Amino acid sequence: MRFGTRLLSWMIGLLAALFAVVVVSAAIGPVALDLPTVAKATLNAIGVPAGLGVGLGESAILGVTIPSPTVDVSYAYPFAFDVPGTAETIVRQVRLPRIALGAVVGFALASAGAVMQGFFRNPMADPSIIGVSSGAALGAVATIAFPVAMPLGLQTAAFVGALVAAFVVYTIATENGRTPVATLLLAGVAVQTFLGAVISYTLLQSGESLDRAVFWLMGHLNNSTWAEVEVTLPLALVTFLGLLTYSQDLNVLMLGEEDAQTVGIPVERTKRILLALSSIVTAAAVAVAGVIGFVGLIVPHVMRLLVGPDHRILLPTSALAGATFLVATDTVARSGPAELPVGIVTAALGAPFFLYLLRRREVHEL
Amino acid sequence: MMKTTQTEPTIVVEDVSLSLGAVDVLDGVSLSADRGEFLGLVGPNGAGKTTLLRTLNGVFEPDEGVVSLDGERIDRLDSRAVARRVATVPQDTSVAFDFAVEDVVRMGRTPYRSRTDIVADDTDRDAVEDALARTEMLDLRDRPITEVSGGERQRAYVARALAQDTPALVLDEPTASLDINHQVRVLELIAELVASGTTAVAAIHDLDLAARYCDRLALLADGRLQAVGDPETVLTDDHLQPAFDTRTAVTPDAVTGAPNVTAITDPARDRDTHVHVLGSGATAARVLTKLWQAGFDVTVGPLASGDTALSVARELDVEAIETPPLSGPDEGALTDAHEHCREARATVLADPVLGPDEHVLDLAEASERSILIERRPLAERNRAGDEARRRYRNLESDAIGASVHGLVPAIVEATAAQAVPADD
Repeated sequence: MRFGTRLLSWMIGLLAALFAVVVVSAAIGPVALDLPTVAKATLNAIGVPAGLGVGLGESAILGVTIPSPTVDVSYAYPFAFDVPGTAETIVRQVRLPRIALGAVVGFALASAGAVMQGFFRNPMADPSIIGVSSGAALGAVATIAFPVAMPLGLQTAAFVGALVAAFVVYTIATENGRTPVATLLLAGVAVQTFLGAVISYTLLQSGESLDRAVFWLMGHLNNSTWAEVEVTLPLALVTFLGLLTYSQDLNVLMLGEEDAQTVGIPVERTKRILLALSSIVTAAAVAVAGVIGFVGLIVPHVMRLLVGPDHRILLPTSALAGATFLVATDTVARSGPAELPVGIVTAALGAPFFLYLLRRREVHEL
Repeated sequence: MMKTTQTEPTIVVEDVSLSLGAVDVLDGVSLSADRGEFLGLVGPNGAGKTTLLRTLNGVFEPDEGVVSLDGERIDRLDSRAVARRVATVPQDTSVAFDFAVEDVVRMGRTPYRSRTDIVADDTDRDAVEDALARTEMLDLRDRPITEVSGGERQRAYVARALAQDTPALVLDEPTASLDINHQVRVLELIAELVASGTTAVAAIHDLDLAARYCDRLALLADGRLQAVGDPETVLTDDHLQPAFDTRTAVTPDAVTGAPNVTAITDPARDRDTHVHVLGSGATAARVLTKLWQAGFDVTVGPLASGDTALSVARELDVEAIETPPLSGPDEGALTDAHEHCREARATVLADPVLGPDEHVLDLAEASERSILIERRPLAERNRAGDEARRRYRNLESDAIGASVHGLVPAIVEATAAQAVPADD
């Protein structure tokens, strides 16, 4: 099975690369740790969901405590290596949450980017093109400027903002049940511009929290928590699997919508589902990490050059490569003399690399 | 008008109308295609051919009327079910992404595969193999679709349509961007499929190719069906002139015998300069068309029945002197021809063949002014003998030599030179 082997070898290779980058990243920091210890501690931290329970908890919104359902997931840890206590704590409590979140965010952005580029048949498409990032940014900046007391309130606001923006763009671009991608693209640009104005205004009104808001906008992974990982990872995985079942439809869509229709793809419905899923996966990433540019743009590009345009292999490899790329760039971002927002590093590394590809080969033909 | 068969037609279009924006693109079109029939849609640009095809494959839903595939109304089928009944070879097959040829062909299996099945199953693989083999694309299966030639890409799309395993096939200008060799190969391939029972409907703007390969033609103009039937009955100047808004000459093709359509511009000239044409065959035919288009009052003859030039003359309503084949011109014909040659301001000798009775030479010598077009050496054209050869050489020295291309300026110059002394 030619295709199966190819997919499998790419996946094994990329998983190995991801694990290597994670371990190296976890070894880098103010306290020097040796790689074998870090590797063991990292394996120890891998948890597999083992049980699911729904309970009743409380959450505080606008100072009012209200009862709300909570989902309790219990995890089983298949590895139990013997690791010194301090090292284990540093790796597991300090470094890994950030690394894991970086991996999830990179995974999410790159898979959404791969889908959007195929969907728009446009190499410049990335997940933020339909306004998702701007919507998330507005939600986040508004929450920073006018704080709301709620667990993960900022993230929730950003997530909701992202989905609302995407939905608005979709609605504007849809007429008589048809959503031409060109209209969608233009509507996305217009809504982004408008939201940009609102964000700037909100920043002006944000007073003392301006620093935090600007920092959020640049894309960052510091102060990441396991709680964020626990919400984002399942969301990203489920939507990713959903997108994966549409990989062949995406292939056909790349030959043109009318053509796709004639081989039996219900084009408008498929577009709606793809937009919804990739908006959700992007929103999940942007909500926890801010606007991190270029991951969703260049990672799928590079993978397309390496594995070809078939989404059955492009999508999973892009996702894993995105995870690896973001963990690596975030390591660079935090290991310099002054910590940088990772968005600066991805853009600073990504843009020249992209230009290199553009000059060198086929990217301009896509 | 339409063929009547026992089996139900594969494609039935009943009274279909469709507007795009404010434009009525299709207006009450009814048409059907039987099993194993190759139906060609012909007509001018903007006639609605592509739109009609798009109602056949479910891309457009008609405002009025019904399209049925294999007895099922298309508007009651979902896109998968439609794709199992009709496959489409699109007009524009340029692809931006470099899928392998085989990947593109496999996309034809889309209406049969399940969403979770990432790797194609056995029946899919057989269908893809078979489609690649029938289109002779096995060798190119791993090549990126962006790197094969236009003809090969078209064949890959035909292969994809084959893999789709449908009773009906819709093709939009399958040969538009191909060279003559690939045009014929693609159409031969479609004809083979049709012979094995597929129903094909194709928009073809090349009328000659349409006539050669299609069982029936449907002529569409301004969104209405103008004529349906055998190529010979549809491709007539009566049908074509209003549809294409130009005069046409329809002659049987020298090689295939299928109708051959030539568009001719109809100049609003007075036709007061009489030019007579001597000669026969393709050169005479071209000369006739050329002179007629340039606005001369043209006559021709004698011409044997069945000569290409004679059919062109008929299409152009040019006065021609016809004689029975083989026996040579009779007395009456020669008298008429003499009269024309004497009266004409110029006589064009279109690569003339010198027959045993040397009447061409007689006629040419009777002409006021001769213009000679030679395309073959005299030796090939001389069936009379040395005396004829001598007379021809004399004639040649008096005549004005010209090519078909330079004919009109040569005549204008010659007749002007004659006119000048008359004016003085």
